[in-house]
Amino acid sequence: MEIDWGWIGEHVPDLTDRGVIHLRLSLLPVVFGLVISLPLGVLCRRFGWLYPPTLTIANVLYAIPSLALYMVFIQYTGVNASTVMIPLTLYSLSVLVPNVVDGLGSVPDPVRQAATAMGFGTLRRLVQVELPIAVPVVIAGVRVASVSSISLVSVGQLIGQGGLGYDIIRGFQLDFPTQILAGSLLIIVLALVVDAILVLVQRLLTPWARARGRTA
Amino acid sequence: MNDLWNQIELVSEWLSASAQWHGDDGIPHRLLQHLHYSGLSLLFAALIGLAFGLLVGHTGRGGFLVASLANIARAVPTIGLILLVVTVAGLGVTPVLVALTALAIPPILVNTFEGIRGVDADAKDAAQGMGMTGWGVLWRVEAPMALPLILLGLRTAAIQIVATATIAAYPGLGGLGRYIVDGLARNDYELVIGGTVVVVVLAVVVQLVFALLRRLVVSRGLLGSSRPS
Repeated sequence: MEIDWGWIGEHVPDLTDRGVIHLRLSLLPVVFGLVISLPLGVLCRRFGWLYPPTLTIANVLYAIPSLALYMVFIQYTGVNASTVMIPLTLYSLSVLVPNVVDGLGSVPDPVRQAATAMGFGTLRRLVQVELPIAVPVVIAGVRVASVSSISLVSVGQLIGQGGLGYDIIRGFQLDFPTQILAGSLLIIVLALVVDAILVLVQRLLTPWARARGRTA
Repeated sequence: MNDLWNQIELVSEWLSASAQWHGDDGIPHRLLQHLHYSGLSLLFAALIGLAFGLLVGHTGRGGFLVASLANIARAVPTIGLILLVVTVAGLGVTPVLVALTALAIPPILVNTFEGIRGVDADAKDAAQGMGMTGWGVLWRVEAPMALPLILLGLRTAAIQIVATATIAAYPGLGGLGRYIVDGLARNDYELVIGGTVVVVVLAVVVQLVFALLRRLVVSRGLLGSSRPS
C-alpha cells in the first residue's frame, strides 16, 4: 500500500474542518448523556428497584446497530446532525448510568454519616460530598463513552453525517487507501487527545487524590 | 402511537413473508453468516484478551500498558479498518474478522485484568500457604474468582460484535447487515427495520445465554455475595 503524502498535505484544511465537525458530533452526545445520567443515576441509587429495568433498557439500546438507529431517527428528524447525535446519546447511557450509580456507591458510609452529622441536607450532601467522591468512577465512564463515540460517529457518514467518516467512505468509493487511512488515524488521534484531556480534568477535579499520593 | 403500530405491523408482515425464510437472502442464511463472522471474531478476541488479561493480572506487571492499548483499540473506527483492509487486500471475510476482533479485545482484556487484579490478597496467600504454585493459584483461585467480571467482558464484546457485524454488508459481504444496507440503498424502510429487529433479537439472545452461563459456571459461593451485574 502506498501512501500519497501529497494528498494529505493539500487537504490539511479540509481534514481540520471535518475533524472539528467530528468532535462536535461525537462529544455533544456524551455531554447530553451525562446530563441525563447524573439525575437518572441519583434516582437509581435512591430507588433501588429502578436500576435493573433502567440498565436493561440501556443495554438493549446499546445492542441496536448504529446504522439502524440512524435510519429510525431519519423518519422523525430528517437527515441532520441530530439524526446521529440522538442515537449516540442513547449509546452513552449504557456506560454512563452504571458508572454514576457505582460512583455514588463508592462513597464510604462513614463519610455520608459525617456529612449528615455536620448538618448537610440531602441535596447539599449530594452536590458537595457524594458527587465529588464519585468523580473518578464517573470520569472513567465518560472516557469510555467519549472514545467509543468518537470512533462510532464515522458510521454516520453512511447517511451523510460522519465528520471524518467522510474520508473513510470517500476513500473506499475512490479506491484510495490514503484517504481511508488519514481519516481513521485522525479519528484515533482525536480520541486519544480527548482521553488525555479527561485524565487531566479528573486530576483537577480531585486534588485530594494527589495530596494523598504525596503524603503516603 | 399510530406510527409505532404501523411499524410493528410492517415488521410482522416482513417477518412472516415466506421469501424471508428461504434461499440466500432468507433470514436463516443471513443469520448463519452473521453468526459465522461474530463467532469467529469472538473466539479470536477471547483467546487474545484472556491470555493477556490473565497474564498481566496474575503478574501484576504491565497494567498501564494494557489499559493504554485497550484504549487505542477502542478508538479505532471499525468501519475505517474494514474498508481499509478491503481496499488494500480485496473483499473477503478476513477484513471483517480483523476489525471485529480488534473491537472485541478491549472489553475482554480490561475486564479479565481487573477481575484477576481484584482477587482478595488473603485468598491468594491462603492458596500459596496450602502449597499451590503460581499456575495453581491462577487456575484454581484467581480465575474462578474473576469469572463474573470475565463473563461480563465477554458479554459486552459479544454484543458489540453482533451489532457491529452489520457493517460487513457495506463493502458487499453478507450477514444481517445486508437487510439494513440494502434497505438504506433502496429506501426500503421495511427492510431496514426488519433487519434491525432480527439483530436486536439476536443481541437479546446473547445476553440471555451469558446470564445462563453465569449461573452454570460461576461458583455459588461468589454468586451469593456479589452484586448482580
